[in-house]
Amino acid sequence: MEILYASCVGLLVACGVFLILRSRTFPVVLGLTMLSYAVNLFLFASGRLTLNKAAVLGYSSDYADPLPQALVLTAIVIGFAMTAFVVILAIRGRADLGNDHVNGQVPTNNNKGKA
Amino acid sequence: MIQHLTSLPVLLPMLAGVVLLMPPCGKNKQIRRFSSVALSFITLLASVLLLLQVDEMGNTTYAIGDWQAPFGIVLFADPLSTLLVSLTSLLGLVCALYACAGDDEKGSFFHPLLHFLVLGVNGAFLTGDAFNLFVFFEVLLIASYSLLMHGGDKHNTRAALQYVIMNLVGSAVFLIALGILYGVLGTLNMADMANKVTHLEGDDVFLAKIGGLLLLVVFALKGALLPLHLWLPNTYATAMPVVAALFAIMTKVGVYSMMRVYTLIFGDEAGELSHMAQDWLWWLALATICMGAIGVLASHDLRKLVANLVIVSVGTLVALVAVQTEDASAAAIFYLVHSTLVTAALFLLADLIGRQRGKVADRVTIGRPVTQPILLGGAFAIAAITVIGMPPLSGFIGKVWLLRATFESDYGAFFWGLYLLASLALLVGISKAGSTVFWHHQNKTQDNAEPVKAHKFQIAAVFIVLMGAPLLVVFAGDMSNYAIEAAKQLHDFSANTSVVLGEAK
Repeated sequence: MEILYASCVGLLVACGVFLILRSRTFPVVLGLTMLSYAVNLFLFASGRLTLNKAAVLGYSSDYADPLPQALVLTAIVIGFAMTAFVVILAIRGRADLGNDHVNGQVPTNNNKGKA
Repeated sequence: MIQHLTSLPVLLPMLAGVVLLMPPCGKNKQIRRFSSVALSFITLLASVLLLLQVDEMGNTTYAIGDWQAPFGIVLFADPLSTLLVSLTSLLGLVCALYACAGDDEKGSFFHPLLHFLVLGVNGAFLTGDAFNLFVFFEVLLIASYSLLMHGGDKHNTRAALQYVIMNLVGSAVFLIALGILYGVLGTLNMADMANKVTHLEGDDVFLAKIGGLLLLVVFALKGALLPLHLWLPNTYATAMPVVAALFAIMTKVGVYSMMRVYTLIFGDEAGELSHMAQDWLWWLALATICMGAIGVLASHDLRKLVANLVIVSVGTLVALVAVQTEDASAAAIFYLVHSTLVTAALFLLADLIGRQRGKVADRVTIGRPVTQPILLGGAFAIAAITVIGMPPLSGFIGKVWLLRATFESDYGAFFWGLYLLASLALLVGISKAGSTVFWHHQNKTQDNAEPVKAHKFQIAAVFIVLMGAPLLVVFAGDMSNYAIEAAKQLHDFSANTSVVLGEAK
């Protein structure tokens, strides 16, 4: 289970980083989303991966660490809000700048170097 | 009331932000402006009361919801954090006042967002919990994203997009670091983490080191340390100057977090992990000072010049954090207060100068003269002398102190040479900019725009922050004693942990 979990997180981070390094805003936003999924999984695992442990205290003598669950919940909420914001910003950037390049202009050979 | 005072600098801006969104303030411009300034003033008052209380009665902790540490979230007030909270609240008040001259109507919700930003920054300074620090970072960031877009054009959108993406990646790295540290240490309360780090063995040491260094990446990004500083000049130069002035405190949040994490958690007591970030911080800080100084020389407009000054001040502060002696921390605290005030003043002045020069705005070229040369020129001269660090103003004291503090360290001589050269570059860059802006102008003006005079709120705001420079000299004795005391508390490992964890003897 650990190997499967770890490779999931690793693969998501790798995809996320690759997409964030793209030059258009849409892949970048997708990359950020993937990175935040990976982070959520990772945070969840910081309480150790176990089977058959109760999530609620008092129903079992064995219980899972509740803190990572709280942290993940917070991280999901914040990540969701931030993703919504960056999507709106990317749309506004597309409208204001006339293209969806992160630098505000599509680099071509004849206008390279202009800021 | 007294025991809840610690939470007020966080609660008041939040309430203020909500109140300002509601009907009487939301509809009427005058009421909104008045209540925003009044509420900022109340926040400042609460912050100063907290500072006095901590000064008198020692460090206090406040368990939110009365859930005790290390499981609950605590707010921790010591001389350093309360000083910075007061500084933030003062800056919030000044920016609210300045914006009342008309900047707040260029977009929506300026005043509520300003209060939410103050909430985030105050919270980040006061919190004693690493995850809560992340939450307050996000609060201040989301407010800063919206403020950055306030009244902006397309250059602004581009800068904001890059800033937001950078910071979202930063947040992801922050969470990964916290996940690693929680997995290893089993706690996120900073004092408890500091205790647990001392007992680490085997592979856990390396995991904690990875976590700690990932945190360094995050704080370097927030603090704009080389090579993660590239977002800063564009962001600060395209934001509205009043917003940029408010942002002057935001890089300091990163520096403050470094101070806390690398002196408390990974400080003297941390065994193998003690001072692990020192070597990185030291050289990166020196490189940052270099880049900032080159940026100052290369800037074509005043706002970009000031943004580069922010980078120089971050480099200086981080170098002092890297030295990690009590004296260096005290110098850093003094320098932090001084540099925040003076960069805020310079951003506001750049705005006023830009408005009065018509089309050329704040670009460093020949243009028409400013309408109020004596007022603005005088203020600019005071701010320039302060920021360069020439006698007799506060920059000089800060500079002498930091040079003395780094003298003892291993590479002190290197720092001296580099820092003094950077100061020379600052002197050249700023005097060139100042003399061009104020003395080189066309006699015949092509644009027939009406002469613009600074609004009385704007002048008042600029002079409140500018007064910091002479006041820090007049009260240099008190201020430096306070800084020394704050540094002593920061380095006092057992006092910090015992107060937070409720094991006071």
